Amino acid sequence: MRNEDADVKLVYSMPESLVDRPNHYCPGCGHGIIHKLLTQAIDELEIREKTIFIAPVGCSVLAYFYIDVDGCEAAHGRAPAVATGLKRVHKDKVIISYQGDGDLLAIGTAETIHAANRGENITVIFVNNAIYGMTGGQMAPTSLASQKTKTSPYGRDPADVGQPIRACELLNTLEAPVFIERCAVNNVKNILKTRKAIKKVVQNQVLNIGYSFVEILSMCPTGWGMTPQRAVEWIDEAMIPYYPLGNFRKKESDHV
Amino acid sequence: MAKGKPGIDIERCKGCALCIEACPEKILKMSESFNRQGQPYTICFEPERCTSCMSCAIICPDSAIRIWRYVAV
Amino acid sequence: MAETVLMKGNEVIGEAAIIAGCRYYFAYPITPQNEIPAYMALRLPRIGGTFLQAESELAAINMVFGASAAGARVMTSSASPGISLKQEGISYLSGAELPAVVVNMVRGGPGLGNIAGSQGDYFQATRGGGHGDYRTIVLAPASVQELADLTVEAFDLADQYRMVVVLLGDGYLGQMSESLKLPEPSGKEFDKSSWALTGASGRAPHIVYSLRLSPEPALEEVNLRLQAKYREIEKNEVRFDTYRSKDAEYLLVGFGTSARICKAAVNILRREGIKAGLFRPITLWPFPSLAIERAAGSIKKVLAVEMNAGQMLEDIRLALWTSTSSSRNVVIDFCGRTGGMIPDVDEIVERVRNYEK
Repeated sequence: MRNEDADVKLVYSMPESLVDRPNHYCPGCGHGIIHKLLTQAIDELEIREKTIFIAPVGCSVLAYFYIDVDGCEAAHGRAPAVATGLKRVHKDKVIISYQGDGDLLAIGTAETIHAANRGENITVIFVNNAIYGMTGGQMAPTSLASQKTKTSPYGRDPADVGQPIRACELLNTLEAPVFIERCAVNNVKNILKTRKAIKKVVQNQVLNIGYSFVEILSMCPTGWGMTPQRAVEWIDEAMIPYYPLGNFRKKESDHV
Repeated sequence: MAKGKPGIDIERCKGCALCIEACPEKILKMSESFNRQGQPYTICFEPERCTSCMSCAIICPDSAIRIWRYVAV
Repeated sequence: MAETVLMKGNEVIGEAAIIAGCRYYFAYPITPQNEIPAYMALRLPRIGGTFLQAESELAAINMVFGASAAGARVMTSSASPGISLKQEGISYLSGAELPAVVVNMVRGGPGLGNIAGSQGDYFQATRGGGHGDYRTIVLAPASVQELADLTVEAFDLADQYRMVVVLLGDGYLGQMSESLKLPEPSGKEFDKSSWALTGASGRAPHIVYSLRLSPEPALEEVNLRLQAKYREIEKNEVRFDTYRSKDAEYLLVGFGTSARICKAAVNILRREGIKAGLFRPITLWPFPSLAIERAAGSIKKVLAVEMNAGQMLEDIRLALWTSTSSSRNVVIDFCGRTGGMIPDVDEIVERVRNYEK
């Protein structure tokens, strides 16, 4: 029985500030989902014309071709420094530093910690997929113990290379950050929570509340050598136990 | 009776199948045929059971799914 | 008329940058240029500018990248080891065609070296220490007055050609105080609205980037555009100075602090009736090849004097020995000191005296 007579309303479609073109990400990659959530936030906050998006080296280095705002590339690990330079010049613009785990926790650790410690009024979106995706699946600072990668073929050995680093907990020791949360995009429930968190970290900047950080556990089927669905499950089974989801800090500004 | 329907861009779909697992009604499956990228793509084989809950569209990494909801006239 | 002031080299660089309209400065402590960040930390906050001490020289050059991409006039300064950390950033600035002024008050090297003045970074500055086919304009001041004037010029050149301009001083120039007249702003304006990141309001988004993956020739097109720009700079932006070189039989060639010592040597030699003169490159890139070729036309011998093991020496050889004029046959001698030591004026005088024997 069809409802030809009923009216039809479009209730879900591509966000306006997400460029309508195919993306280069692998099937099942979390970047595509996160791009949607970010552009939904940009649309809702009506800030497309005042946003500057920084894409450092990593799978998402081409993200400025998908997000319809002013874009800027950063050398590997240096996005928080580039963001600092941009924000110090344009205090009224929304600067978004969108980084992967190698970028933020390996080569860019110093920039990550010091931009956060200075309390730069920027938004950092940290996509943690526990691997170097763009270069073909090497071990990242967030690769789990015994996780097999191209550069830990026998499984990550903590005795040799240490345990994975928890970014939220690390930044939570600093005074200045106003918002620190870890989410995931491996199922609809988690995605909806991530959507709220992304809107919050962007809105905090719009309202000048301060440095806001969201870490997002994200699938990398190709890098992990799994099907997309298996990668979704692996986040639940392996990543979330080590990287507990939740909010670590939520300072409301005194003047809001 | 369907509350809405998914609109699937079969060329944009990469066949990752995340939507199939995400759909509470389990009315999505991979096609037998392939799109231009040589990928099987998602099809809704029981549209009348669609509740337009949007789960498939929410989890789709490639914005390949749009959702319409039937609104009583 | 600007009145005469007595200022320290390092501080004059800060003041001149402010005169040039620079309101953003990111740096990290390193001797012998620490007075620059200290000066900017005092002055910039009082005039609505931004001074920020970065967590490393590497972070600082990337903050420069951000501020420049935003369309602002921006500077960073450091000394040799810190400048090495900035090389990747300088390559990125060049690939993205972003203007920036980078000050290197060179110190003794290699390695941790020492904190004395040196010219050991000539190759790095003129050949580029980063990756890829890029050039930076390299200006070599030889006095506190020139530190001021060339800083103002550096900002105009950076904006005009959308590239990195390196001010190559040394620890001695930075630490010495001399009287000078502070320069006036040049008054030149540069429209950056076609590329600067200001938020895509009422226009298509701008993207500042240097990654060119496809189509395949895309990166070569960027390189061809850069090379054309560099040829134009080689034609239009050469700067040099000469001292008593018109009738010279022996030509001393030196830049920066070395040139000051050569000038003293020329005066001593002239008093002894020996016709010595000085040729002083001010732009180390573009190197004044034609000018030095002309100056060396009727010269018996050229003596390059540097505070390194012989680096500009190679550019002098390149310019003279590959020229089609008589300078092709001129003998080129070298007198240099490394490790932060300064060439001794008596040694230079003695060297030229022996040419007469």
